[in-house]
Amino acid sequence: MAVVIFGFKIIRKLAEDTFILNGHHIWHRKSFSSFKSLWAKQMTVRDALNSALDEELKRDERVFLIGEEVALYNGAYKVSKGLLDKYGSKRLVDTPISEQGFAGIAVGAALNGLRPICEFMTWNFSMQAIDQIINSAAKTFYMSGGMLGAPIVFRGPNGASAGVAAQHSQCYAAWYSHCPGLKVLSPYNCEDCRGLLKAAIRDPDPVVFLEHELQYSVTYPVSDQALSEDFVLEIGKAYIERHGKHVTLAAHAKEVQTCLDAAKELAGQGIECEVINLRSLRPLDMETICKSVAKTNNLITVEGGWPQCGIGSEISARIMESESFFLLDSPVIRVTGVDVPMPYAKNLETIVQPKPLNIITVVKKILGVRGKVSSISL
Amino acid sequence: MFSRCNKLVSSQSTAQKSVWSCLRSLIKNDYATEATFESKPFKLHRLDSGPSTKSTITSDEAIEMYKQTQMIRRIETAAGNLYKEKIIRGFCHLYSGQEAVAVGMKSVMRPQDSAISAYRVHGWTYLMGVSALGVLAELTGRKSGCCRGKGGSMHMYATNFYGGNGIVGAQVPLGAGVAFANKYTENGGVCFALYGDGASNQGQVFEVYNMAKLWNLPVIFVCENNGYGMGTSTERSSASPNFYTRGDYIPGIWVDGMDILAVREATRFGIEYCTSGKGPLVMEAATYRYSGHSMSDPGTSYRTREEIQEVRQTRDPITSFKEKIINAGLVSADLLKKIDVEVKAEVDAAVKIAKSEAEIGLDELANDIYSNDLEKEIRSTTPFLFYKHNNSSGKTPINL
Repeated sequence: MAVVIFGFKIIRKLAEDTFILNGHHIWHRKSFSSFKSLWAKQMTVRDALNSALDEELKRDERVFLIGEEVALYNGAYKVSKGLLDKYGSKRLVDTPISEQGFAGIAVGAALNGLRPICEFMTWNFSMQAIDQIINSAAKTFYMSGGMLGAPIVFRGPNGASAGVAAQHSQCYAAWYSHCPGLKVLSPYNCEDCRGLLKAAIRDPDPVVFLEHELQYSVTYPVSDQALSEDFVLEIGKAYIERHGKHVTLAAHAKEVQTCLDAAKELAGQGIECEVINLRSLRPLDMETICKSVAKTNNLITVEGGWPQCGIGSEISARIMESESFFLLDSPVIRVTGVDVPMPYAKNLETIVQPKPLNIITVVKKILGVRGKVSSISL
Repeated sequence: MFSRCNKLVSSQSTAQKSVWSCLRSLIKNDYATEATFESKPFKLHRLDSGPSTKSTITSDEAIEMYKQTQMIRRIETAAGNLYKEKIIRGFCHLYSGQEAVAVGMKSVMRPQDSAISAYRVHGWTYLMGVSALGVLAELTGRKSGCCRGKGGSMHMYATNFYGGNGIVGAQVPLGAGVAFANKYTENGGVCFALYGDGASNQGQVFEVYNMAKLWNLPVIFVCENNGYGMGTSTERSSASPNFYTRGDYIPGIWVDGMDILAVREATRFGIEYCTSGKGPLVMEAATYRYSGHSMSDPGTSYRTREEIQEVRQTRDPITSFKEKIINAGLVSADLLKKIDVEVKAEVDAAVKIAKSEAEIGLDELANDIYSNDLEKEIRSTTPFLFYKHNNSSGKTPINL
């Protein structure tokens, strides 16, 4: 049945491809926010996170930051810069290099009424503490029949970094979003960082907050509204960064930028991509994805993590299981990090993470657009 | 009945003699309201002075502690039987033999103090305020269970009792975290983080020893040394079997964990030590478990039946306590018999309900995953059926 329908869809797709190929350029609706950005305040992702931490420490006495080098050293990535001076060593707690121990202490403090923010110097080191995150934080509310909650935020840099090889360069989005009981957030720009981190700290459940290591120094515009101390984003909602009608690109974190870059390039060739910034990986906003698929009939997922059991795998499966499947003109394609541990050598490292070219190639392939296809992209 | 206040001093060896001579001077049916007992000396690590080897208790306290030990023993016996009847499933770790540790500690814990333990927690859960039915129905996975049957044997919670943890050693950092919050909020509470001799070799225990001392957290690390981590004896698992010294820079106390009153005094000392701002303490309680590690372990392949028998006959925490308080004239044997009957009746009644009562409805399967649920629906085994997420019985979590 599905095959027959799919066959029919392919015919439809080909018809639409022809439409594009015939050179009917669609008017590209310029993103309103990019216009606004000319006037908005510019900020680095690091400062956005820092300001969110600052405001939440100020707002709630129960909030404290615990982790390696968070206080005196101002954070290994300077995310907590200046906060020790402001809030003192009671609220900014430097720990020894004991991830399992301090993650457990943070969870215990949450069980006893505090609102800890537990920083991992990088998410790679959270592997030492994954038992406390999943077995102690994520499951306690359920196991206690709703008696005991664990309001805690685990945060730190995640994803592929540069030149640091396999043990310090990987994405934990799929690992943690696998687990019921956790909420998993993956911000892309400054507004995401401010709105989502503040929401995470105020949330009564354990939240895994994945900051992309290569994004800290990147600058984005921040609106006046997003600079407000009351600014929080709703957890579980994706955001459409760019509207388009030919293909949906769903991505999280840094890969949202990769998608936007690809979309810009493709727009010049008459292909309008709708770029979804997932923001929240658990809950996953399938409603926004499905609505977009209803419009574009094509879906590509983009992530820096590995393909197997990844975020894209989950989205693909959910599309398959939903009515949206019947709206597809082409199979869902996952653009992911290459299925290898991160190599150190620069030439190899360069081709591991998704590039705009990879996305462009896949978009053209599923839309049936002929063009130059780099052999390395696929 | 308790008209006169007679202070009786007795040591273990001479208890009977001195008590009888004292009793002769009492009018018939007239019992002492208070008595002082001598315990085995403590071993100390980095402490100039330790807990008092003399422990004074009132007859009411004696009755209370006796009732608690009997209740725990009865609950565990009932649990063992329910397991054999296949009504309790999965894991079931019995506390029989170790009752003195929990009862002695609880007897001097203040309302602001808290405890967290591993997977042998039926006794602790009862002591921290859950009824025998709450414990037994949790074990059988029924409605009246303290966690509505969702936690089972290893995951029970109560106010100031943070579980119940099935991961060996994981509760120790959590306990230090509870103490961290005590210090942070300045509520004056001390947290008791309990673990076994097996868990004492977990890396995370040493990680939090360090942080607890570094930050002087009000936590007492209690190693319940029952001699065996599953089927491996302490000699075969631990390069240093002196667990009270394992904290190195953290002072420690060794206490006879089969003696309720010795544990009581060690705990009293510990609370005073921690609340005076000196930071953590390690307390090793030498105890013994009569059953195997869990119900699947007969407990006889790595130790002899004679060894178990000998402990039962010479060191049993209930028998020795019972003899002590009767001999000191604190309670009558008849009264204790009456308590035994009451305890048995309560546990029997709880067993009856725990066996016959229904489990919670299937509609509760997806409840309480989140305190603030944002998932619209919870997926079932197929994408064609979804569950609704609710928060059970609308109650507010005790810590949020």
